Parts: sequence; structure tokens; C-alpha cells
Amino acid sequence: MSVRDTAGRLSLWRAAYVVARRDFTAILLSRAFIFFLLGPLFPIAVAVLAGGAGAQVQSEAAAANVGIAMSAEDSAAMIEARDQLTRQVGNVIPAFVALDHGPEFDPEEVLEGREGRLAAIVTGTLAAPELTAPPGNLARWNGTVSLIATNAANSASGAGPPAYPEVRNTSVTTSGASENRGRYQTAQGGQLLLFLLIMLLASMVLSNLVEEKGNKIIEILAAAVPMDAVFMGKLFAMLAISLVGIVVWGSVGTAGLLMTGRSLSEFANPGVGWPLFFTLGAIYFGMGYLLLGSVFLAVGSMAATVREVQTLAMPVTMAQVLVFFFATIAMTQTGSAIEYASIIFPLSSPFAMLARAAVDEAVWPHVIALAWQAVCVALFIHAGATLFRKRVMKAGSQGSGKSSRSLKMLLSGLFSAGSDKRA
Amino acid sequence: MDIATTQKPEAAPETAREPAIEARGLVKRFDDTLAVDGVDIIVPRGSITGILGPNGAGKTTTLRMLLGIIDPDEGMRRVLGHENPRDVARLIGYLPEERGLYPSMKAVDAIAFMGALRGLSLPEGRKRGRELLEDYGLRHAADKQIRHLSKGMAQIVQLLGTLVHDPQLVILDEPFSGLDAINQGKLEVLIRSLADKGVTVIFSTHVIAHAERLCEGIAIIAGGKVPFAGRVDEARDRIPAQVRLETSANEGPWRAALPASARRSGKFWQFPLPESGIEPLLRALIDGNAGILSLSIERAGLHDAFVAIAGEAAAASLVATSTGEMAA
Repeated sequence: MSVRDTAGRLSLWRAAYVVARRDFTAILLSRAFIFFLLGPLFPIAVAVLAGGAGAQVQSEAAAANVGIAMSAEDSAAMIEARDQLTRQVGNVIPAFVALDHGPEFDPEEVLEGREGRLAAIVTGTLAAPELTAPPGNLARWNGTVSLIATNAANSASGAGPPAYPEVRNTSVTTSGASENRGRYQTAQGGQLLLFLLIMLLASMVLSNLVEEKGNKIIEILAAAVPMDAVFMGKLFAMLAISLVGIVVWGSVGTAGLLMTGRSLSEFANPGVGWPLFFTLGAIYFGMGYLLLGSVFLAVGSMAATVREVQTLAMPVTMAQVLVFFFATIAMTQTGSAIEYASIIFPLSSPFAMLARAAVDEAVWPHVIALAWQAVCVALFIHAGATLFRKRVMKAGSQGSGKSSRSLKMLLSGLFSAGSDKRA
Repeated sequence: MDIATTQKPEAAPETAREPAIEARGLVKRFDDTLAVDGVDIIVPRGSITGILGPNGAGKTTTLRMLLGIIDPDEGMRRVLGHENPRDVARLIGYLPEERGLYPSMKAVDAIAFMGALRGLSLPEGRKRGRELLEDYGLRHAADKQIRHLSKGMAQIVQLLGTLVHDPQLVILDEPFSGLDAINQGKLEVLIRSLADKGVTVIFSTHVIAHAERLCEGIAIIAGGKVPFAGRVDEARDRIPAQVRLETSANEGPWRAALPASARRSGKFWQFPLPESGIEPLLRALIDGNAGILSLSIERAGLHDAFVAIAGEAAAASLVATSTGEMAA
């Protein structure tokens, strides 16, 4: 055993473990961890409330009536025919309301006067109905009014309501179209979940590093262990924290599904199947987080104050939102150059590949993509650590730089990271 | 220039006779700024060495290069016999200038964590941490969170974390900064006890008194250069001793015996001790009926030596930093 083995720095992995263990324990035992676990509840609650409110607003907005200004008999026949048709086709036809009208009645004046909830007015007779409405509603309801008037005329003439034949139903589990649509929905949902989790964690690891700089402990770490190990330790600690969170959230989600009597079989089966999809989802989450986290760490290492962090992190966050949209667009263009670009570009690769896992059965592309992402993670961490060593460990200059200077340092450091001669 | 303090006995093994630190021609640039410009330092094993200089002189950058936190652009360094300080990282203890601990950690856990960074297991680190805290009279603080300790106590905890892994070389960057007088005294005792155990201690400071009391060797650093590195005695010897003379007679043939640089300050004459020594001067004063009332030879202090070596500007900056810190 050489002197270096016993007296030198801890190995990269052991040092990373020491750093990760401290961070993991500290975060797990902190009050902030409770808020972290409750974190996903907030967007879900907001989504549920916003969805409910939106549906209510939409429902209210959609509650438009069609006014009937015909003779009393015709109006009654039209309303009866509408109700009968609604029983057959569902609640897709607006309500018909009979309007009080005299000889001077002018439907255009009533509609343009914006009275009540009237979206259109039917005048004339059953044989020659006349529809007055804005252009969009004219196109939409012309056929419906014609059908209802025909049925009403038949009823009025004593022919009785039309006899609709009973359709015999044969159920199949799925179809090509619904499977495809379901898979894309799964892909989209997976991407969105991945994005939200990664952004949440990357922000946390950034705050963690800023806190560390605030505590002035970073130099103790830098003196004792390789900077790469510090970065790796921090990233893996947060990853472990997130896995704890995922286990908790997953358990709660599964319990929720079971309690509501639902199962995954109700949802479209992903291309690679649910077990592998979940496995790949966890791995791509890890990769995506490590990639973005290492970028955030590099940014955090440049910043001396929370304000600088916000200034520097904002462009990265916005860029990541763009990357997410890029991957989402690429998802719909399977096999195109855009999809391959989103798979190759490291920051969008996890999103693009998770989407691919949802829509495509092939497994081998994931092996290649994961290997590529692992290489990128190593490069990103090393570049971030190198940047930190090269640009931040200047006596007396820590914390004195302006944001613009830090950004300049970040950019110049990124481009010169590979030239550092340090082992 | 080298610091040539007492060496270990010749019978000591080769590695023990090697200096703990040997650095030659260290240069470090940050962008367009030349932070360190050709620093040479040799620190014998088991010695206490101070790096003296005002803020911004290059002390911290020099220490960071010796620790391997940053690499020099030019020059060589050899720490505990290794050219790469990172190869002996576990034998080094380092207290950075900017103190830092995790506020939510208990004192004993903070010490153990710092030990773990240097290869100690956590249980062993906790055990040693408790012992160190007890030795330092801080047993009651062992299970308190850092955020509940005073600034001085937290600083001591960090210092103990620097020592928990029994390092052979301890590098302290401005260790006295932020400590009250009592804790400064305790720290001086601790540093001496480390040296007594054979540990090499090197610390930077801008308070000359600490270096004067503790160090065998000093390196004066100003503007990124080291104009002097050697024993404290050698630094003092750069300035000849001052003679302070009081006579009953104002005028007389004895005046011719005084050197041309003699100046009168009140009732005293002051002038550098002549190269020929004090005896010929005494004889001339007696023969010339000077009526000697008092005569003293005062050796130059380290502050005077610093002024002479680093220049008035560096000394003024040093004094300003110390005064500002004391006021704070």
C-alpha cells in the first residue's frame, strides 16, 4: 500500500460518500424535508382547484340557449323534439327556450342587444325554419336545427317520433387510435412529472450549495477532498432524498389508486410495459436531475449571494423550460431529426427517452441513451468542479464579484474548463 | 530566502530531517492579477512559522497552494516530502480564514465530520472529538448545535476539527482573528503544545505580536513577494540595536564620540549601536566627561523589523487591519 493510499486524499467515491451522507442526514432530519414531501401536494391541489373552477367556468360559459320564436305549437314541438334527440345523443344540444314574441319581434335586435344567454334564435315554421346567430353558431347548429325541425314536423303531422334502431354493442379493450393517444398521454404525463421533479430538486441542490457557501464550509471541503467529490456528494445526497420522496409519493399514489378501485390497466400500456416504464422513469429522473443539478451547482459555485444565484439561475431555468418544450414537440415527431436532436442533447435526452419508452417497444435505444447520459453527467460534474477550482478559489475575491462578472466567469470557465492542468 | 531554525537531531530518519514545507518560486496569477510572485519558503518539521503580511498580500493564496487547493502557475512545492500536497492530505490539518460549520450540527459531530473528510471513521471522530472538547474545557458544548455556540466557541470547535485526525502539519489561516483575548491566549498555548508534540505549525497573521511570541521562523509577505523569510532573530537583526543615552552635560568633547545619526529626543540621545560595539563608545563618553545618567541598548522589535523589511506602507496597512479588527 503506497503512502498516497493511507495519507492522500480519500478516493473520489469515498469522499463523495462522506459528503453525501452528511447532506442526506441533515436534509432528512430537517423540517424542510416535511415541506419537500408535501411539495407535490401543492401543484396537485392547485391543478384540482383550477380544473374544477375551469370546468365550472366552462360549464357556465357553455350554458347558451337557443331561443325559439315560432308559433306556440311549433315552439312546443321543437322543444319536445330537442329533448327527445338529447336522450339519444347526449347533452350536446343547447337548451331550447320558447320566447315571447309579437309581430314586431326582431331576432337580430334581440341577439345584438345581448340579452340573456341566447346564442341563436329560430324563427319561421317547422317546414321553413330560420336560424339567426353569429357566424360560428350558424355553422354549428344549422344541421341540428334542421334535424330537430324535421322530427318536430313529423311528430306534429301525426307520424310520431322517428324510430331510432337499437345498435348492438361489441366491446373491445382498445383500438389503434386510442392506444396511440393513450401512449402519447402517458408520455406527456411522464415528461411533465419528470420536469417538475427535476426542477424542484435542482433548485434544492442549488440552495444547498449557496447555504454551504454562506456557511463558509466549502473551503474546508475543498482542502480535504476533491471538488468533484463534493459536487458528486451533494448531487447524490439530493438524489437519495428524492428517491425517499418518490417512494413516499409512489406509495401514496398507489394507495390512492387502490382506494378508488382503479388500476394501471385502465391506462394505456406504455410501449415498454409498465414495470420497465417505471424503472426507466426512475433512471431518467436520476439522469435528468444529475445533469441539471450539475449545471445548477456550477452556477451556484459562481454566485456569492442569494441574489446572484437568482440572477444566474433564472436563465438556466428558462433554458430548461425551453428544453422541456423541445422534448415535448419532439415526442410527436417520432423518427424525425428533431426527435434525434432532443435525444442527443444531454439536457433534453431524459425527457425525450422517457417519451420514447411510452410510445415505442424497443429497449436497446435506452441502453445507448443511458450510457450517453452517464458520460454527460460525468463531464458536467467535472466541468462544474473544475470551474469552481479555477474561478472561485481566489483569495479575497470570493463574494466580491458582481453578477455580470460571475456570469462572465461562468461562461469563460466553462469554455476553458478542459484546459485546467490540475489532476 | 530560507527559514533556518533548529533542525532535528542528525540521527533522525531522512524523512524527519526533510523540511515539512519547501516551496520555491511559487507564482499564481488570477486573470491579470499577479497574486503571488515568486514565493520561497522552507519550514522545518516541528517548528512554528508565521506568515506575516497585510490583507491582500498573498498569504491565503500561498497557503492554498501549499495545501493543494489551487496549483501554482510556476514554481515547486514539497509538503511532508511530497510534491503533490494532495498525496498527504490526511496528514494535514487546515483552518481556513473564513470560518465555517454547519449550524445544525452538534459540536462533536462537526469535529467528527471534519475527521471523516480526512479518513477517520465517524465513531472514532466522535470519540476523539469529545476528548478534544474536554481537553479544551468545552465538554458542555459537545452536544450543542453550532448555532447555539458563541462565535469564539464555534471557532474553537472548528480548530479542534482541524486537529482531530492527528495531523503532522497544521496550517492555520488567520487563526486569532475573531477570538477574544482569553481565547487568543488559549490558542497560543495550543499551538505551542502542538509544536511540543512534533507537529509543524504554520499560520498566517497580520498581528505581529502573535508571531513574535510564538514563532521560531517568519516569512514576511507583501505585494505577493517574500522580502524576508528566516528566523525571528534574524529579522530583528536586520535593524541594529538602538542606544538610548542620558547625560548630565549638554556639550563637551564627548559629543564627537556620538555617531552622526544620533538624534536628540527630549533629554535622551538615540542612535544605532555602532558596529564597533558599546565599549569604545563608553570609554569615549567617560573620557569626554559626558556624565552618563543612563544608558540602555534596546534590541529592535519584530514590528520595527517588519517596517524595515516590508516598508512603511505595508506596515501601516498591517496596523490598520489589526486596529480595525480590534475595534470590531
